[in-house]
Order: sequence, then C-alpha cells, then structure tokens
Amino acid sequence: MLELREITVNYGSIVALHEISLKVEQGDIVTLIGANGAGKSTTLRTISGLLKPGRGSILYEGEEIGGEPAHKIVARGLSHVPEGRMIFANLSVQENLMMGAYLRKDRAKLRNEFDYVFGMFPRLQERSRQVAGTLSGGEQQMLAIGRALMSKPRCLMLDEPSLGIAPILVKTIFEKIREINKSLGITVLLVEQNANLALEVSHYGYVLETGRIILHDRSEALRANEKVKSAYLGG
Amino acid sequence: MSQFIQQLINGLSLGSIYALIALGYTMIYGVLRFINFAHGDVYMVGAFSGYYLGRWLINSLGMQSSVLLLVVVLVGAMIFCALAGLVIERLAYRPLRNSPRLTVLITAIGVSLFLEYSGQVFFGADPKPFPALIPDRLISFGGLTFTNKGLIVLGVTIVLLIGLTFVVRKTKMGMAMRALSFNPTACSLMGINNNVIISFTFGLGSALAAAAGILSSLNYPVITPLMGLLPGIKAFVAAVLGGIGNIPGAALGGLILGVAETMIVGYGDRIHVPPSYRDAVAFVLLIAILLFKPSGLLGKGTVEKV
Repeated sequence: MLELREITVNYGSIVALHEISLKVEQGDIVTLIGANGAGKSTTLRTISGLLKPGRGSILYEGEEIGGEPAHKIVARGLSHVPEGRMIFANLSVQENLMMGAYLRKDRAKLRNEFDYVFGMFPRLQERSRQVAGTLSGGEQQMLAIGRALMSKPRCLMLDEPSLGIAPILVKTIFEKIREINKSLGITVLLVEQNANLALEVSHYGYVLETGRIILHDRSEALRANEKVKSAYLGG
Repeated sequence: MSQFIQQLINGLSLGSIYALIALGYTMIYGVLRFINFAHGDVYMVGAFSGYYLGRWLINSLGMQSSVLLLVVVLVGAMIFCALAGLVIERLAYRPLRNSPRLTVLITAIGVSLFLEYSGQVFFGADPKPFPALIPDRLISFGGLTFTNKGLIVLGVTIVLLIGLTFVVRKTKMGMAMRALSFNPTACSLMGINNNVIISFTFGLGSALAAAAGILSSLNYPVITPLMGLLPGIKAFVAAVLGGIGNIPGAALGGLILGVAETMIVGYGDRIHVPPSYRDAVAFVLLIAILLFKPSGLLGKGTVEKV
C-alpha cells in the first residue's frame, strides 16, 4: 500500500534519513521504532508531504507521491496524526473534527464518522462544545486521532501517540489503534518510542538508528531479537 | 448630557472606520503573522474606486443620490478592493512565504509607498471632492440631532460586523482561518491548501477596508492618495489595543479609539488638552497598552499542552 524506496532527506547539510526503504502492506499495523533523533518523525513528515525528500521515491497505492504538497496527499486517503498532536486549541472539539473532514464532499454522511469517533471516544462527545485547548493531554490525543479519521483515510500514520499521556490512557489509546485497524480496515504506520507497546500491537516492525534502517522483521521476531531486547525493550 | 450622547455617537461613527480597517490588520496578522502596512492604502484605493464608480454612475447613468447609489458604490468598491488585495498578496507576499518576517514587513512598507505614489501619478496629488452618494439629512430623536451619514456609517458597520462574525464562526472558510492562525502545519495535514485561505483572508480584509474608505468619505468628502496614512496607523493601534490577531478585539479597539478621539475634541479643554491633540490619542493609547497589557484588551497568550 505504501512503499519508500531509498529515501534520503537532508536538513541543510545534515542527512536526517539515509536511503530508507520500507514497505507497509494493506491491512497491517507497521511500526517504526528507534531512539530519539533516529529519524522516525522525519520519515512520517516526509511521507505526508511536510518535508521534501532529497532523493528516492514514495509510492502510495502504486502512485508516486514524493514531493507532493501535504494537502494533496491527505486527499489521497493518507492521514497523519503529527507528533505533539497539533490540535487546534482555539477551536471547539466539534470544530476540530469538522476540520478533519475539510475535504469531504459527502457532507451529509459526516454523521457516520461523528458517531464512530464519539462511539470510540465518548469523552469527546461529552466535551464536544468545549474549546479543545482545555482538554487533557490524553483527550487531545483522542481528538487528534478522531480528527484524522474524519477524512476517511485508508492509511493512518501516528507519531508518538503515547507521548506525555497518563499511563492508563496510553493503554486505551493503543487498544483503539488496534480497533481502528481491525474494524475499519485502516492500514496503520505507527511511530513510537515505547517499543514494547509498539511491537505488541503491530504486525511488522522497522528499527531506525541515526537515519538508517538497521533491522526489520515480523514484530514477534523483533521482540525475541537479542539486539532489540537489549537496546529498546529494556533488557 | 445630550451633547455627550451626540459626541458618543460621533465617536462610535469615527471608531467604526478604524474598526473596519483594524479588522483587516488583525485577520491578516492571524494567518500570516505580519503587519500588512499597505492596508491603510487599500482603504485609500477603496475611496478612489468609489469616487470613480460614483461619478460614473451619476454622470453617465444619471443616477440620483440615494440609498441605492450608496449600496452600489459600496459593494462595487468592496469587490474591487477584494480583488486588489488578492493581487497584492499573490505578487508581493506569496513569493516571500518562507522568508524571514522582517523581509515581508519591509515589503509591506514598499507596497504601501507603491500604492501611495502610484495613486499620485494616476489620480493626481490634489484633493478630490467625493461625490454626494446620499442626500444630507438631519434626524432628530428625543431632543438629539444626528446627521443621517453618521448613523449610516454606524449601521453599515454593524451589518458588516455581523456578517463577518457569521463568516468567521459558522462557515468552513472561517473555521479554516481560525485553524490556520493557530497552526498552519496542522491545517495542511487536514488537506487544506493554506494559500487559498490566505487569499480569502486578504480579500475579506481588503473589502472591509474599502467599506471604511467609502463610509469615511461620506462624512469627510475630500480624498487624496495619501489619505490612508493616518487612519492606517491609527487602525493598527486599534488592532494592537484590542489584541492583535483577535477579531472582536480589533472592533472594540477601533470603537474605543474613535470615542476617545472625539471626547478629546469635545471635552479635552477641561483637562487642558487642546482639540488639536486628537491625533496624539492613538499613540498615547498605544504606549499605555504596551506598558500595561501588551497582549491587548482581549488578546491572551495561548498555552499549548504538550
């Protein structure tokens, strides 16, 4: 569904990603793990069009999307929940969800998505008229995920959904990610520092180290891998 | 007392002009984070487009001064300036989208000078009499007497403010404007082409400036290519006073400034401030707000949870 071929990204003279190749099969949850600064977020930002790749190609559903502006890539059904959530704190919860549905032409059918998101995160429904900036960190993450779902994506990219969230909510959010993947059939590309959680929920994993992919395998195999264990899973 | 109320109405009427211009400053600041110093000159372009359109309607089509004439000229000038705003943004500011803000600011000053002096070339530097779009009338009400024009300025401003509030709060475009002012990156991740929203904002702000140009020319029917300079600066103060980037704040700031100015003219003598100091009011207010509440009356520093 999504394939990166030898993608190189530079920040000025610094090489952030070095000939990264990876594949996300339809219906899978694929995770990208690695330390801070390994290039995980850069990878997602490049796919969603916020950064331009220096070299290499990005294929989505068989078409080259490398270098396309971000707003066109969303229109292709590839949605990105960015690091730090980036919800619109000055808009109400409901308006945030409406913004997620900005490109939808079938506005009459939006009710379905609202129902789905509110069914999944009842807390958002209770607070739908509240200004989003007043939500807790966990609720904001739910909102960011809900907002991305409003565009009816076929592939969802999540950047550090566990960052800065109460541990009890982290569990809920990962359950929801699994549910989104199962019940809606949305392919997920997940970037996560919490490698334990990420490898538990995902089917396939890539390990990123200073801008290079050093290892990739089925998630269970990665969990058993000695190197991954000592470096990322805390022994 | 009745004199005070009359002064108040005059002040609100003057403040309406500042408010309409200030809204453009604040909306453009909201989406692009820079002060469009050419905005006061768009107000001038509005007045001149109204001047030519009005004269043409009266001289060639034989229209009489009437409410209809006023509405046609008002709407015509607003449309013309909205287009002019789009062109200015496209040619002057869009190529600088990724440049430092200072570059854009200097460009804005350049655009301002360009409009002022092209105005002198094309319209002539001598003052021009603005056509009488509507007959003069005095309206008496409860022992008070108002000119119809002062009330029209106030009324049209209220209608425009209600319209603007609707656009900003209820439409998809307005929602996108607010979202863009908060986080442009997140906006593009929603599938929004930020340039479309920025163009729309420029068009909307410029249309309001044009309305201000026409309305102020009703009351002070002499227009020159440099007429936008002082109202432009004062409206900028009004926008800062209300909290730059805050839309209700800009309207409030404009009204406060207008009333303060009129009161100084009317009652300044009692506190030993001669009426000729009216233009200093804006700057005293600016210094005061920057000293005591730099975020403006309605502005607030937003805190983002991480």
